[in-house]
Amino acid sequence: MTSSTRSATGCTAANVTETADGLSRPDAAGALAVDCALVTEILTGFVREEVRKVGFERGVVGLSGGIDSALTLAVVCRALGPENALPVIMPYRASSPASERDARLVATQLGTTPLAVDISPQIDAYFDRNPDADRNRRGNKMARERMSILYDLSLARAALVVGTSNKTELLLGYGTIHGDMAHALNPLGDLYKTQIFALARYLGLPAAVIEKAPSADLWEGQSDEDELGFEYAAVDQLLHQMIDERRTRAELHTLGFEDAFVKQIHRRVRDSQYKRRPPLIAKLSNRTIDRDFRYPRDWGR
Amino acid sequence: MVNTEPSPVTAGEPGSRSDIVVALAQLAPRLGDLGANVARHLELIGTAAAGGADLVVFPELSLTGYFLKDLVTETALRLDSPEIQALAEASRGVDAVVGCILESDDHRFHNAALYLSGGAVVHVHRKVYLPTYGLFDEARDLAAGNRFRAFEAPLRSAGPRRPWRAGVLICEDLWHPSSAYLLARDGVELIICPSASPGRGVGHGSEIGTAQSYDVITRTYAQLFTAYVVYCNRVGYEDGINFWGGSRVVDPEGHLVGEPAGRDEGMPLHRLDLAALRRARIANPMLRDERHDIVDAECHRLHRRERD
Repeated sequence: MTSSTRSATGCTAANVTETADGLSRPDAAGALAVDCALVTEILTGFVREEVRKVGFERGVVGLSGGIDSALTLAVVCRALGPENALPVIMPYRASSPASERDARLVATQLGTTPLAVDISPQIDAYFDRNPDADRNRRGNKMARERMSILYDLSLARAALVVGTSNKTELLLGYGTIHGDMAHALNPLGDLYKTQIFALARYLGLPAAVIEKAPSADLWEGQSDEDELGFEYAAVDQLLHQMIDERRTRAELHTLGFEDAFVKQIHRRVRDSQYKRRPPLIAKLSNRTIDRDFRYPRDWGR
Repeated sequence: MVNTEPSPVTAGEPGSRSDIVVALAQLAPRLGDLGANVARHLELIGTAAAGGADLVVFPELSLTGYFLKDLVTETALRLDSPEIQALAEASRGVDAVVGCILESDDHRFHNAALYLSGGAVVHVHRKVYLPTYGLFDEARDLAAGNRFRAFEAPLRSAGPRRPWRAGVLICEDLWHPSSAYLLARDGVELIICPSASPGRGVGHGSEIGTAQSYDVITRTYAQLFTAYVVYCNRVGYEDGINFWGGSRVVDPEGHLVGEPAGRDEGMPLHRLDLAALRRARIANPMLRDERHDIVDAECHRLHRRERD
């Protein structure tokens, strides 16, 4: 059921599934296989414990219609109960109607009542004054606008913001800092996209959400894999070998990964490190926050 | 950025064969970029040789940068690595002390300083005391060295002269006086201290706290062990942490040779003279009078007591 990918990257090491439509879909087989029952149990306990120990009962999740936020919402529902899960659908006027339809499908299937907030007025108000802004600026602004709404609802509804970033996008820096990368808890941050697919199937999320091409939907027709220039199936295999297995360049070459692909991905990971770290504090004293003032975040909890 | 003019010399006969010129390569390595750092070293070694130096000392982990974390294993070198070979080759013109992560045959990673001379690695010191407190986390990533040894530093680039008895202490090694004592007992004349000391403490005077501490330590060791102390600290910032520079040479009477370096990159040169060391040891013959027999006897006694 697995075969070598024929992706543009020339990588031959990745296992992918060829689907009926001819598109390769990530497969959790092989190196990236996880025990979905075990992972679900750990993630459910994580959300329940970390939400409750800081005095909350509820979680708020930005629901895009994509697989990551659907899975996040599913985990939050299992952890806190659907009545304590607040999905927020935040379309922009140019967002794909299918996204909102899929988001509502997920929310309904999980027994939650979604809140819809159209972000068009506030986005348009800003860019009316900056009409020359390119689509990256607009996309980032939308991501941060959504973050700001989620944090407002966090206070209004006493619900912790649960993020949806997965390990692949975190490592590639494929997210907006202080936008979708900003949240209180991140249950999926140690799961590659390939593993997200497996878990979504295991938890019975709607096929429409699982089977469509992943997209940030920040502009019309956007596709993660087109924009990144490689397939999740291929890059997940490489990241797993590079990061988790700590393979050297020579070993990755031997495993069949193309040198240029390895170099490109290594550079992406390196150059996006700042997105995964808190801001730098200029050290002056003997006890600098995050450096030698280092209490756990769960301090006293 | 490089000042190749030797600073005011210590007492010593100009041109005498007992003196040497030491360059302090106070630089800011690029974190985790071996290629760029090796190139920079080769350039500075060339400049030091052209400037008449007999020895150029680089800071701790000068080939890699300091707060490496997971970059430790990725930037590690072996003695037969081409990078080390290239630097050793450059040491035909001037002796050099460089800092790197050195991987052992059984894959332990040491914070090491290599003394290079005449095309070869003459001596290796592996940092013994790995600070793992406060802002430091060295023992998480590194294996500790297990010896302090003096060695014959050839310093032969500029004609026939007698080698100096040298020893290397890396940064935290200096905070343990037993390490300097052992080198002194091993005959050291030149204590070489590569350092990557992060600046911290701004509440006490115009000098940063760490700089004040190292000033006391280097002058005290030089005076008490009547040896030259060559301290080369790095500069620059890593993840918000500054390194305060202040590289200096202290003579065997505990006086600074010239001025300590500031907080910028630079390569000051200093003249050191065995004649000054001789005079210091005549004036203050503590090494002659040192009762190693008492130290040994008491250490044996304490060792037995600690074992029980």
